[in-house]
Amino acid sequence: MKTPRLQFDPDGGLILAGAWTLRELTPHLGQIRRQLATVPIRSFWRLTKIERLDSFGAMLLWRGWRCNWPQNLEISEELRAIITAVAEKSGALLPRPVAFGLQGILIILGVILLSFFRQLVDFVTLFGRLWLDLFFLLSRPRQWPLKEISANFYKVGVQAMPVAALVGFLVGVVLSYLSAMQLRIFGAEALLVDILGLGIIRELGPVLLALLVAGRSGSAMTAQLGVMRVTEELDALAAMGISLSLRLLLPKVLALTLAMPLLVLWTSAVALLGGMVSAKIQLGMSYAFFFESLPQVVPVANLYIGLGKGAIFGLLIALVACHFGLRIRPNTESLAANTTASVVTAITLVILVNAVIAVAIRNIGMPL
Amino acid sequence: MNPKKVVALRGLISRFGDNLVLNGVDLDIMADDIVALVGGSGSGKTTLLRHIIGLHRPAAGEVFLFGEPLFAGNYLEQQVRRRRFGVLFQQGALFSAFNVRDNIAFPLRELKALEEEEIQALVAYKLAMVELEPEHALLMPAQLSGGMSRRVALARALALEPELLLLDEPTAGLDPDRSTSFVALVRRLHRQLGITVVLVTHDVSTLLALAGRVAVLADRRIVSAVSLEETMKLDHPFIQSFFQLFSKRG
Ligand SMILES: Nc1ncnc2c1ncn2[C@@H]1O[C@H](COP(=O)(O)OP(=O)(O)O)[C@@H](O)[C@H]1O
Ligand SMILES: [Mg+2]
Repeated sequence: MKTPRLQFDPDGGLILAGAWTLRELTPHLGQIRRQLATVPIRSFWRLTKIERLDSFGAMLLWRGWRCNWPQNLEISEELRAIITAVAEKSGALLPRPVAFGLQGILIILGVILLSFFRQLVDFVTLFGRLWLDLFFLLSRPRQWPLKEISANFYKVGVQAMPVAALVGFLVGVVLSYLSAMQLRIFGAEALLVDILGLGIIRELGPVLLALLVAGRSGSAMTAQLGVMRVTEELDALAAMGISLSLRLLLPKVLALTLAMPLLVLWTSAVALLGGMVSAKIQLGMSYAFFFESLPQVVPVANLYIGLGKGAIFGLLIALVACHFGLRIRPNTESLAANTTASVVTAITLVILVNAVIAVAIRNIGMPL
Repeated sequence: MNPKKVVALRGLISRFGDNLVLNGVDLDIMADDIVALVGGSGSGKTTLLRHIIGLHRPAAGEVFLFGEPLFAGNYLEQQVRRRRFGVLFQQGALFSAFNVRDNIAFPLRELKALEEEEIQALVAYKLAMVELEPEHALLMPAQLSGGMSRRVALARALALEPELLLLDEPTAGLDPDRSTSFVALVRRLHRQLGITVVLVTHDVSTLLALAGRVAVLADRRIVSAVSLEETMKLDHPFIQSFFQLFSKRG
């Protein structure tokens, strides 16, 4: 019989039997704990029938004895040695993490504030470092990380085209469909081209795409840098004397800054196509009319604004991604937290900056 | 199956795509054995270990653990079987988001039967067992040296009082002193707790310090599994070259 158990002798003694191991004890733990707690320590303990005792069993017994050897004990030397070892070593108090109190709240507030400023400084430093790298490269054309830039361009630009097109097309269709329904009430169907053209080229195209890219490429950049930190690849690069910012960060930032305007062009074009198709089906507006009136009602400045915003958003997303990627400490928790922070910060920044730009250039590119 | 056989491999075949790594491995490991699995780098030692603990499914052949087929039974039965062995992975595989204490306490907490005080006592005991100080309990894995994180990983592998302990190159990357003391630690645990130990190594000094049975993995199969002295007498090109260094020195 392996089941661990306490048996009471007729003469008042106590016999422990069975396998007192973690695996055998676990199913009967509640009962055994209760029995150990009720048995007076002065009883006569016979540990002669224990088949196996591991450190958990020994610890359980020792705690049952309230950390003292019982006076009346019959035990083999072997078992005594096991219990002695556990008794000596399991009592060591492990240091506890500092408890949380009022002071803790203050400390946390302070840490948040300080870390905000530190992050601001880090962010500016990163930006400055990239500029220095650029100046460095101006005089040394052979040092340009062209392969890295091109690989990043492919990853963040070319590979994002299908999903950008899908999102753009559907948004164009929905926007066109909903606006057309309203415009028809006033008999102002021709204004649909104004709404779609201005809305998509100036606002929706760049912003939608920036949100998409922040989630897609920004998170990937942060996670990549983080995993390279965890696996010590960043240290390996540094040890080889290879500049981190020149080979890893600058290509990412340049590639996204260059790719975003092109992606904006692509997304806006597909969104307009979606709107055009929807207008044709719903209002019977001919493609030729759409094409002809678009340049007349939407000043070309809007196109430049859209492209410019794309470049700014791309720069922001890549900078934020690199900033948080470098903050990752070598553990999974930090990886997750910083990847989240990267995406959330990038999206928030994009929307904030977009609002600022909208206010700043409200007089430019509006149809008369 | 004889219940005294802790591990039994029968005609195990393992491949990654076209890469045939193990081709018909037969191996028996008895209770109370201490077995060193040796083989060249890339010969499939880690792969063999991963088959024993069920991380890979064999392309053909069978794995028996504690006398039962490895994948027999439902989820709970398999979980019980998995709790009977402890593994020390080649890279340690400590949970990087937990400190040392929580790494060791994690498998104990997962039992959902122990009280927090009991867990703390057990963690303190396991730390002492692998010769670490209580102050180390709050360190994060990234703050540990190679030897220390090996010890913490060993303590975690021992947390559930396993009957079988699998160690994948526990001494690789340790200096000779540390690696000898690590092997001594493993031997002591083997003797005290009666644990069956399988230790992967390609390090001759570890092998000599361990003094158990030696299973040699070469040509994609186990070519011998006998005591160290007998192994050294065998006439096999891999074994010859493996022990050459030692015999020159000796
Ligand atoms: N996850 C994997 N995918 C593909 N091949 C693998 C994988 N793991 C190991 N291998 C291959 O299996 C062989 C044995 O590897 P491994 O068991 O790690 O060797 P070692 O004896 O050094 O531990 C090697 O040729 C390796 O390339
Ligand atoms: Mg290996």
